[in-house]
Amino acid sequence: MSQLPLAVKRLSVTVKRLPAALRRLPEAWRRPQAVAGAVVALAWLLVAAAAPLLAPYDPLAQELPRLAEPGPGHWFGTDQLGRDILSRVLYGARVSIPLTLLLVALSVLIGGFLGGVAGYFGRWADEVIMRFADLVFAFPTIILAMVVAAALGASLTNAVLAVLVVAWASYARVGRGLVLAVREREFVLSGRLLGFSVWRSLRVDVLPNVVGPVLVLATLDMGTALLLLSGLSFLGLGAKPPSAEWGAMVASGMEVFDSWWVATFPGLAILTVVLAFNFLGDTLRDALDPRTARAVKERAL
Amino acid sequence: MTSTQNRVRRRNGPLPTFHVRGPILGFLARRPLLRFLARRILVAILLAWGITLVTFVLTNLVPGDPVAANLGQRAVGDPVAVAQWRAEHGLDKSLPQQYLLFLEGLLHGDLGTSQQSHRPVSEDLAEFVPATLELAGAAILVSLVLGVAFGLIAALRRDRLADHVLRMLSLIGVSVPTFWLALLAFYVFFYRLQLTPGSGRVDPAIGAPPPVTGLHTVDAALAGRWDIFTSALGHLIVPALVLSLYTIGLLTRFTRSAVLEVLGQDYVRAGRAKGLSGRVILFRYVLRSALVPIITVAGLAFGSLLSGTVLVEAIFAWQGVGQYAYKSATALDLPAIMGVGLVVSGVYLAINLLVDVLYGVIDPRVRLR
Repeated sequence: MSQLPLAVKRLSVTVKRLPAALRRLPEAWRRPQAVAGAVVALAWLLVAAAAPLLAPYDPLAQELPRLAEPGPGHWFGTDQLGRDILSRVLYGARVSIPLTLLLVALSVLIGGFLGGVAGYFGRWADEVIMRFADLVFAFPTIILAMVVAAALGASLTNAVLAVLVVAWASYARVGRGLVLAVREREFVLSGRLLGFSVWRSLRVDVLPNVVGPVLVLATLDMGTALLLLSGLSFLGLGAKPPSAEWGAMVASGMEVFDSWWVATFPGLAILTVVLAFNFLGDTLRDALDPRTARAVKERAL
Repeated sequence: MTSTQNRVRRRNGPLPTFHVRGPILGFLARRPLLRFLARRILVAILLAWGITLVTFVLTNLVPGDPVAANLGQRAVGDPVAVAQWRAEHGLDKSLPQQYLLFLEGLLHGDLGTSQQSHRPVSEDLAEFVPATLELAGAAILVSLVLGVAFGLIAALRRDRLADHVLRMLSLIGVSVPTFWLALLAFYVFFYRLQLTPGSGRVDPAIGAPPPVTGLHTVDAALAGRWDIFTSALGHLIVPALVLSLYTIGLLTRFTRSAVLEVLGQDYVRAGRAKGLSGRVILFRYVLRSALVPIITVAGLAFGSLLSGTVLVEAIFAWQGVGQYAYKSATALDLPAIMGVGLVVSGVYLAINLLVDVLYGVIDPRVRLR
């Protein structure tokens, strides 16, 4: 929860950028799938912000009857320690969502920067960075993340670091490809000829042209990141027990198997968040993906 | 998207120019498919070496002390015991020396001894890898069949009800947390409905079949023990289906866009214009071209399946690599972690090599560039 202020700051940055994105992709955003995704994602963000107001009980207080079935009073039931599951799911949004946002933001920054450098400078920078990316891709993600998380010691911060180790590589690849495509364009060359420094050229000419697709990838990646993060917590390599982290809550539901509600509701929370971001990202990708766009155009002819 | 871009990049990348052609290079130059394969294998070997380096470095960056994790409380206080343990595991040598020793052992098939099971890691892996391969293999089979079929339907019924429904389903498929779905499936099918047997790979009352391949279903069929076969298949179905949901979603989306792209090509229109039947166009023209990106994604999907097994195995008590990896990671059992990392990424690499080869076989353009 200490990461919250930082995440809120990032969030406000994203929100400020939204109008520009909206103007650029008006058609895609009007589709029902995108609207549904946006509404659910916003609802979860609100829940994360207002959890103390919404939650009927203290998420950590062990004062209710144990393993009470869902019903009036406890809509999602209570767990084996007598905690209200609805309150825990609501508070869980404060753990998972900011961390996922932070994680994706960091991988965009690190991966995008490295990919941009690789694409712009080429030569040995390209070789070194992309071979590292290849190596990351050669490992199944969760196994690499698991080893890193286990090596660093089980904690949420370390789980985020572990996921970061595997997540930057896809941005490096995409960023490199995009920069490569832009690098030789006339406006970039003329900028350089006018005396722009490398960094200014990257910032002024290259960045605006690659940021759209990278943001779409980031939206799609929110889901993957959350799944990986909660998966690590589920394995016991992330959040520590009293914390209301969704993956850890599903894991605790495994202990009380016949009380289905203990695991079901936190899992549904993960599913809805991931689904919302995937709905959004999927529509946005369709609006961007030139291949699909071409197919549509040819059909129209 | 990234994978396709990468393959395109690889395809278009400069070929090595051989200035001096020895007998081997000259031979390869006249055979594009072989040259293509030789390059891919070389890349795979380099990557494999990189993997040994990464696993070694990663496991040696561990801030947690393996001594404390593996020796008891009292032994840690005893400097003689600690020194002896460190010497026994080669931890008293310098890091480069340790790496060379590790590589040397590796070339002899020696992955060290697991500090958990006190058995050679290679023996442990020989026991657990087939279990995971059986699970992941069944899952990829299911996802290939269903994913390609769904993708084809979605593409052919574009923008109609079937397309929209399949789009929703595939999005849900890639969004479901595997561990949660596994738990729910276990609860519903085993606990509530009692349709399927519970955890494990086979009913312990029947016992495992005589090991040949290590895949229980195959071994049982080979031995003609159909009772074991039914039991093993019963245990396999639910975890494999749970595991395949994500890849079904992935393959459906990719097949759809790949088929749509091919459907817009001129040669398909030409085929239609000269009056070929729909089936001929679909299977000979469309599906063959569309298979190239589909196979690429399937290869990558296999990697995500291997990741998924870690979570699914934990719930179904499937004695596979995922469970082994988890146990050794939490106990900081370094030789075992390295072994798992090597084998799993080795399998992944082999699959990707296979994908590249299939790629060259299906699409002759790939070899000629």
